[in-house]
Amino acid sequence: MNKKIFKFFLVFFLIFQTESFATNPSDFVQSAVNRASEILKQNISKEEKMEKIELIAEEVVDIKGIAYYSLGSHRKTLSSEKKEEYFKVFKKYFLKSFSSRLAQYSDPKIQVSSEKKLNEKYTIVSSILLATEKTPQVKLDWRIITKDIHKPLIIDVVIEGVSLARVQREEFNSIIQNNNIDGLINNLNEFANK
Amino acid sequence: MIKILGIIIISLFLSISSYADTDGSIDLSKKNNVETKDCFEKINRGVFAFNQAINDVVFEPLAKGYRKLPSPVRTGTSNALSNLSILLTLPNNVLQGDLLLAGKNSLRFIINTTLGVVGIFDPASKVGLNEYENEDFGQTLGRWGFGEGCYIVLPVLGPSTLRDATGSIGNYIGGDAWYNVTVRNDTRYFSNFDYYASKGMGGVDFIAKNLGALDNLEENSIDFYASVRSLYLQDRRKRILNADEVIETFDDSDWEEIETQ
Repeated sequence: MNKKIFKFFLVFFLIFQTESFATNPSDFVQSAVNRASEILKQNISKEEKMEKIELIAEEVVDIKGIAYYSLGSHRKTLSSEKKEEYFKVFKKYFLKSFSSRLAQYSDPKIQVSSEKKLNEKYTIVSSILLATEKTPQVKLDWRIITKDIHKPLIIDVVIEGVSLARVQREEFNSIIQNNNIDGLINNLNEFANK
Repeated sequence: MIKILGIIIISLFLSISSYADTDGSIDLSKKNNVETKDCFEKINRGVFAFNQAINDVVFEPLAKGYRKLPSPVRTGTSNALSNLSILLTLPNNVLQGDLLLAGKNSLRFIINTTLGVVGIFDPASKVGLNEYENEDFGQTLGRWGFGEGCYIVLPVLGPSTLRDATGSIGNYIGGDAWYNVTVRNDTRYFSNFDYYASKGMGGVDFIAKNLGALDNLEENSIDFYASVRSLYLQDRRKRILNADEVIETFDDSDWEEIETQ
């Protein structure tokens, strides 16, 4: 009997523990933007800021997901070798582009306001980039992939209703249509190495 | 006669891709992922490059100078331009069937034009009339179910679609009261200059507000033309839906095949 009770409590404890370590998407976003904001506030060079931001991005962004989404329908026609070649260069491009975009802000103040669970896989976290003397308030929505509740990841940022992932997908598709996948890989390489 | 024929042909062309059986925003949102054709891409890219040059030489320096003005001056200018834009928004509120919104916007215009000294100040926001969205005839055509047609880039004016460009004809045939009292009718108090100055100032104000963001986008794009096209089309779809919720601008099936976790 004691063994049964022990097993019951063990299972109960494990389930409870699993749930308690699940990361809330809003807290995840607020924590990620706070960490980025702390770096951007520091009195260091743009390059140093970019390096530190890249480390955070690798941790909180689903780079592989964005890479494949950005290919659109072309991802279905690529060989696995080509996909691998593309992903390798995409990662370099993405980290540089992402950190460079953020490094231009000196002290962004972002407040998470609400979240909406779309389904088991995705949650939208809404936030506001507060207005400054020169720029108006901006609405930012974060698409969070929550399939693994212990490790949510950002897969898109939507600025005033405009999805950055979608902008990137349409940009990539335009290049593939005009210059094929090798043209895109060359462009990404050029950007990553400039 | 030729003008009317032109309008009919354009209308037919637009309606080829129209969402004829409108069922409110649900139908429109379903069409969000339909790719808009860039039928004249080569020409568009040429016009885009021309616009970029004009922007670099004329608008950006003006916007940089404008940003150096004291904040209250910029806010006042922006408020006055926004107030003028209500004159175009109002008929579109009515045409879209948003009569309550038309009433609110009329009240907003009256309060800000009088108490707010031709719109420089914004007392209407202090009495609860603080939610204002621009509407135009292109958006109205979109609400009525007309498809975007091809994507086009207009000289100086920038990104548009055949539907939006067709819609803007409405401004010049009596739909924009500000155009009517400045350009269309020779009135005692206003002239053509007032209209074009206000439009030019609107462009400078927009660029000044978005200067950093636009430079940032250009610097980090590998095809800036395609990025701007996507931004414009997404923004227009959102405005036509009048949607605040991000999920309405997405098709979740886009993401379903991506399994990386």
